[in-house]
Amino acid sequence: MSGTGSRENIFPTRMALTNTKLRLKGAQTGHSLLAKKRDALTTRFRAILRKVDEAKRKMGRVMQLASFSLAEVTYATGDISYLVQEQAKAATFRVKAKQENVSGVVLPAFEVERAQGSDFNLTGLGRGGQQVIKSKEVYAKAVETLVELASLQTAFMILDEVIRATNRRVNAIEHVVIPRLDNTIKYIISELDEMDREEFFRLKKVQGKKKRDNEAAELKRKAELAVAAEAAGSDELPATGETAVLRNLVEDDSELSGPGDLLSSKDEDVIF
Amino acid sequence: MASQSFKDRNLLAVIGDEDTVTGLLLAGIGHISEQQKKNFLVVDAKTQVPMIEAAFEEFTERTDIAILLINQHIAEKIRPTVDKYQQAFPALLEIPSKDHPYDPNKDSILKRVQKLFGE
Repeated sequence: MSGTGSRENIFPTRMALTNTKLRLKGAQTGHSLLAKKRDALTTRFRAILRKVDEAKRKMGRVMQLASFSLAEVTYATGDISYLVQEQAKAATFRVKAKQENVSGVVLPAFEVERAQGSDFNLTGLGRGGQQVIKSKEVYAKAVETLVELASLQTAFMILDEVIRATNRRVNAIEHVVIPRLDNTIKYIISELDEMDREEFFRLKKVQGKKKRDNEAAELKRKAELAVAAEAAGSDELPATGETAVLRNLVEDDSELSGPGDLLSSKDEDVIF
Repeated sequence: MASQSFKDRNLLAVIGDEDTVTGLLLAGIGHISEQQKKNFLVVDAKTQVPMIEAAFEEFTERTDIAILLINQHIAEKIRPTVDKYQQAFPALLEIPSKDHPYDPNKDSILKRVQKLFGE
């Protein structure tokens, strides 16, 4: 019964039992804490999931608007793409990552950081300057949406990974660690019970032996008394039937006690 | 785990067609490092797929890029590489372009979202 599941290789003592029970308690506490963490993360994950879905669809519309405004620029000024690509030097539109803590998991959130740059000031100087400025603004808005979406998506990826790891841990504790400790406890208890029974049986044996020895000694004493009385008494008195029986018993007993001693000494060796 | 790595990431990178890149550069995301490395790649009909892949690898390996934007129709060309990409940083974002409207069913992230919702 205790040999069915896997158990720890441990010597069955009371101390080991106490320790294992403590560990089982620890594992159960850990399990419930991890399960709570998993639930908290999953709640958050669901919320983010919905937002990601929404934001992705919103992004489609925003980018469409932005492309439209660029088309206006191209109409007004002609092709500015080469000019813009060659003028790019240092980014004025950057993101800054700040972190947010959800039950011990660090989630990054990107924030937009815009430096007031003087890029592309000359673009559209001749004509279409207004459209260029408008397009710049529209694209900046679009990128802001993109950044928002990116932080949602990053959070989504990280949470996904963390939830998986937590799930693995919860399942490992639930299906491996706790049954293992349970088995160990069962094993130790059964072994201790077995030892108890053996000890009880041994004591019973010892007691029986003592009782038998005492009885034998008593009979011997009585027999000796009888013999002495016989010797002391007149020779005419014939030996009573009783004493003869007693004498026989004493002889029997001495024969019995021989193997009895052997048995008990052997027994102790077997147990310990 | 990521507390160290995302502190100094503050740039955006883009792989896209001419219009998308121009627009994003107008917004001010363009950056050229001291080693003359650009953070954007213009893809046109003549650009070879290995070159897009090389740029994709380069941008995902750079440590100063926080978000990588890529046009969806270009991501389609290197779909296996994009689907294999699992890192949190830089965040990979598929964006629509002028000629190719956005299709949520092709996005590798949205595919995962839908899988999770569908269950």
